[in-house]
Amino acid sequence: MHAEDKLTYETWPAEPEKSTLEAKNKFLGFWFFLGGETVLFASLFATYLALKDKVPDSTHTLAKDLYDLPLTFVATMLLLTSSLTSVYAMYHMKNFNAKKMNLWLVLTLLLGLAFLGLEIYEFNHYVHEYHHTFRSSAFGSAFYTLVGFHGAHVAFGLLWITTLIIRNTKRGLDLYNAPKFYVASLYWHFIDVVWVFIFTVVYLMGMVG
Amino acid sequence: MANSQLNSGNPRVDIEYRRKKSAEEMRHQVVSFALMIFLTLIAFAAVAIKGFSAWFIVPFILLLAVVQVIFQLYYFMHMSHKGHEAPSMFLYSGLLVGLVTVLAFSTIIWW
Repeated sequence: MHAEDKLTYETWPAEPEKSTLEAKNKFLGFWFFLGGETVLFASLFATYLALKDKVPDSTHTLAKDLYDLPLTFVATMLLLTSSLTSVYAMYHMKNFNAKKMNLWLVLTLLLGLAFLGLEIYEFNHYVHEYHHTFRSSAFGSAFYTLVGFHGAHVAFGLLWITTLIIRNTKRGLDLYNAPKFYVASLYWHFIDVVWVFIFTVVYLMGMVG
Repeated sequence: MANSQLNSGNPRVDIEYRRKKSAEEMRHQVVSFALMIFLTLIAFAAVAIKGFSAWFIVPFILLLAVVQVIFQLYYFMHMSHKGHEAPSMFLYSGLLVGLVTVLAFSTIIWW
């Protein structure tokens, strides 16, 4: 099959994300990238674990008194739900329904945006209420690098999916853009995978002490 | 290729079959989502209910996270489908290097 083929509901392939050579390469290349991202985030986790609560003196707030369980819980639910909405988007992509796919992608974007808003509120709160900044301690640097890097990934994902939707509003679905949507949804799920470890290792383990 | 197996020569039959298959997959994904929410609730509850020792909670919530990530990878990211041998290799290689890094940083480094 070729990317330029004009397809209908009847001729749409079962695996549009892997039906052309370009798509196959994209699929493989993206998973290779995700392998690299795993290493990247693992080293940030390692740094955080080594530097957690390493502060110069007792005036600094430690993880236990810093983190807020309800806020983390709401953020987790938002991101987890956005993962499900992007699954729905890919379900409609496979059924050749561009309208419904876009609808679910917009929902995903809104949930991601809400998550990002909460994170900005959280960081702002830490800086102003606890003077916990990037430069205040090794703990602060490690915390903002790890969680901030994840937040930057969310922000990038929002821009990416928004661009895809705008670029393809009139085009509908074809074998040229279906792999692009598929790969973007993989990225979005990966952000959620990283978040599962952030809320467990950073927030929950931080509350335990 | 999944494509060739789904081809009976009659497009109508193929579409019916595929729609059914993707509906079934969607059902699996909704079930995994429910389980993921459930695991998250347990993890937060284990920490919110004070009374368990850290020696129990930490390995317990880490285990819940690993299970949840397996759901995410194999159902949401379709790693349970055929043709994911190379992706698995990439991901697990990355994970291996990453885990060694975490192990090194959390055992060798101290202040």
